[in-house]
Amino acid sequence: MSWKVVIGLEVHSELSTNSKCFCSCKNKFGGEPNTNCCPVCTGMPGALPVLNQKAVEYAIRMGLAVGCKINQYSVFERKNYYYPDLPKAYQISQLEFPLCVGGGLEIEVDGKKKFINLDRIHLEEDAGKLIHDVSGTLVDYNRGGVPLIEIVSKPDISSAEEAVAYLEKLRSTLLYVGVSDCKMQEGSLRCDVNLSLHKEGEPFGTRTEMKNLNSFRAVLRAIKYEAKRQAEVLDKGGKIIQETRRWDDEEGKTYSMRTKEDSQDYRYFPDPDLIPIKITDEYINKIKADLPKLANERIEDYMNMGLSLKDAELLTNQRKISDYFDEIIKQFNQPKFVCNWICGEVFKKLNTETYEDANIELSAKQMANLLQLYHSGTINQAVARQLLDEIWGTDLIPENIVKEKGLAQISDEKGLEEILTKIVNENPKAVAELKAGNQKTMAFFIGQTMKATNGKANPKLVGEILNKIIKEC
Amino acid sequence: MNYLDMNLWQVKELLDKGEVTSEQLTSMCFEQIEKTKEINALLSLCKESALKTAKEIDEKRKKGEKLGALAGIPVVLKDNINYINTKTTCASKFLENWVSPFTATCAQKLIDAGAVIIGKANMDEFAMGSSTENSAFGVTKNPCNTAYVPGGSSGGSAASVASKQCFASLGTDTGGSIREPASFCGVVGLKPTYGRVSRSGVVAFASSLDQVGPFTRCAKDSAIMLSVLAGKDELDMTSSSVEVKNYVQEIKGDVKGLKIGIAKQFFSDKLDDEVKTKIQNAINVLTKNGATTVEIDLPSIDVALAVYYIVSSAEAASNLARFDGIRYGVRAKNYEDLVDLYVKSRTQGFGKEVKRRIMLGNYVLSSGYFDAFYRKAKKVQKIIKQEFLEAFKKCDIIISPTTATTAFKIGEKSDDHVAMYLNDIFTVPINIAGLPAMSIPCGVSEKNGMPIGMQIIAPHFEEGRIFNVADFYENNKEVQ
Repeated sequence: MSWKVVIGLEVHSELSTNSKCFCSCKNKFGGEPNTNCCPVCTGMPGALPVLNQKAVEYAIRMGLAVGCKINQYSVFERKNYYYPDLPKAYQISQLEFPLCVGGGLEIEVDGKKKFINLDRIHLEEDAGKLIHDVSGTLVDYNRGGVPLIEIVSKPDISSAEEAVAYLEKLRSTLLYVGVSDCKMQEGSLRCDVNLSLHKEGEPFGTRTEMKNLNSFRAVLRAIKYEAKRQAEVLDKGGKIIQETRRWDDEEGKTYSMRTKEDSQDYRYFPDPDLIPIKITDEYINKIKADLPKLANERIEDYMNMGLSLKDAELLTNQRKISDYFDEIIKQFNQPKFVCNWICGEVFKKLNTETYEDANIELSAKQMANLLQLYHSGTINQAVARQLLDEIWGTDLIPENIVKEKGLAQISDEKGLEEILTKIVNENPKAVAELKAGNQKTMAFFIGQTMKATNGKANPKLVGEILNKIIKEC
Repeated sequence: MNYLDMNLWQVKELLDKGEVTSEQLTSMCFEQIEKTKEINALLSLCKESALKTAKEIDEKRKKGEKLGALAGIPVVLKDNINYINTKTTCASKFLENWVSPFTATCAQKLIDAGAVIIGKANMDEFAMGSSTENSAFGVTKNPCNTAYVPGGSSGGSAASVASKQCFASLGTDTGGSIREPASFCGVVGLKPTYGRVSRSGVVAFASSLDQVGPFTRCAKDSAIMLSVLAGKDELDMTSSSVEVKNYVQEIKGDVKGLKIGIAKQFFSDKLDDEVKTKIQNAINVLTKNGATTVEIDLPSIDVALAVYYIVSSAEAASNLARFDGIRYGVRAKNYEDLVDLYVKSRTQGFGKEVKRRIMLGNYVLSSGYFDAFYRKAKKVQKIIKQEFLEAFKKCDIIISPTTATTAFKIGEKSDDHVAMYLNDIFTVPINIAGLPAMSIPCGVSEKNGMPIGMQIIAPHFEEGRIFNVADFYENNKEVQ
């Protein structure tokens, strides 16, 4: 019997609140080291934490989006350990009474759907950053005290692909509810993997925890590597040691960091500086009412508009795209037409697999205007594409450019007939071929007409007129 | 007439009348500090800034500008209270040269009320102790008799008021650290209700028990001080938004109908006979004037000390973990690696008592012991609090001795930690229950000439009752 992989993920996501979790310092990435901190987030003697209510709201928002139960009594605890990036020598976190418990989300791998249960979502503060320099190790506290939510899954994940699908769904949801920018490169989304092996019907095996997974690809590779490593150890009759392992992305291997024996006793206890959070039904309902529509609901809406499931999924992969689509069809209600254009031309422009830094440099208003011109036949496809290039990243209005440059397609039958008659007369050989039934020659004639009209001829009309002329001669 | 012998409210009137200036008072205080240097009450002085502030206040007064309740009054801060650009050492070698980057809310409130901060007072290191013998910068001596301790941990603050170096001072009280030294030095010391005064900027010992309060020469002065200090602070989530009263107006000059709760647990055989007699005499002053006594029962306060040492040490171990040698304070010169840096810096920076509490605190929080100690202690804490709430259904205030004995001699208990800890048996339950309590002088021992203190305890946020009773006693004690 083969080994079954059991995976649980701990995802840390920085919340995009304006200020830090327990002080009024700005919550922003980067900056000159130690320029964005204060006595509270550098742990000066006497400084006290004051809870940022927005962080609580964001955590609850995410909790509600993934179906968690919101604990109406929630407590911050101190997780005590020493490290230079942790200025108070404890992290304010949650243990016994997290903000959100339960819930989960549905993933799909190879057409198979699966529900991954969550254990909890709790709120905590981020640590600073160590910088290793020639002069030694330095600490930057700019990130210290940034609010984080830790989303802990149950061990319901059974493959690397499922893990990635789960992460993608989680990221999409975080972006939908607008609580995090989810930039893995900047560390605003981080993931630790707990993995063990067992045989069907037997209890779970000893697990290892993997850290330093900085991309979804790293998660995928690390899981595959670690599952194989554990299987090899077990097959040889060895034992898995409960330990924390570091993923080395260049080597493509995991290395032991510390075993359970030297793991820390965090001596958690309720933080006496922070009073327990009491959350009313009214507050929860208010947050619930303000939740944006999530991907599933939007897919349903789009299919009701007549889009295919595949198209609806493409549009809803990212909230940014879906919002963009919604905005365009408010001004130009041709869902299928707009969808095709977004999934084709716009995606080509974004040209990135990592949607997280995708930047649509064209307003919905500009796009709606462009598509209207194209759809009504004022401009042809070639011109529409050319215009898209031209106005991308500007605030130019397509309509105005069409007028200024005279880009409207020529649908004047008489004029086109004159041009075509001329071309027909000059190319008797091609006419003969066309008459013989070689449809490819049609393209030649259209090309010639376009050349003569600077690409503005209405291709459909050109075809019709040409057929008429050929028949007549 | 010696202004320094006066109460705060008296010099306040004279300042208002223009009979004396703040600059004169401030200079007198600095002269007195020099004369009484031997008691080692203060760790640092703010001479330049104090005289500058005093002059500014005098100018404003001359111009007829509106002034705060403490305009021109010289005051002292305990050295665990941040005051920007001054050293805040917590009487620890660890913070010997640490300069505050910000001002504590309580200090800022004094400043905003026009007070002149003249110095920072000695204390037991990080407020851990009952005698000020744990200071890294030498013991403070009791102004009544320099062979005796002034009590602690706010010994410097108490001694400073007692030796007329200032008109009021701030201390902090986690288990008796204001009331015990007040009792030993013969001054008035108030521990307000937990949450009444902001802790922001006060270096924490045990966050759930710490409370800032004033030392003064009389109850009325204490009321003036609390009126300035009290109130909700956006920088301290544990500060309370219960309405702040004008505490001076709570002094009615009358105790008719007052029900005084007397618990046998506060009058056990551990109590010195002489202390017992003096407290009884004090209670008689009140009952002769219309107050009555009622017996109450506080069966669990005997275990309050155990609860206290578990909870306070646990919080202290965590609160003091930030002193790691990375950002400020002592950093060991030679170390091999990160752990060695931590160990050596903390070993060099902390005194014995602080180390003892850190070890105790980490022990009770460690996995496998948490439920047996910390969780159980928190449960007992609730019971103790409940017993007080029950008792207050029968009485308006509770009176007890502040300490079982008068001040002891320097060195007398420094090797007997349990004896030292037992010193706080009457004060600790008050912190455990979060109640307000004051120690006021109620006589002097005939055996050693040292002051005796009476503790007046009120329900949560009822400091007004304390001021009224204390003030009444002060004004009527001579005519027994």
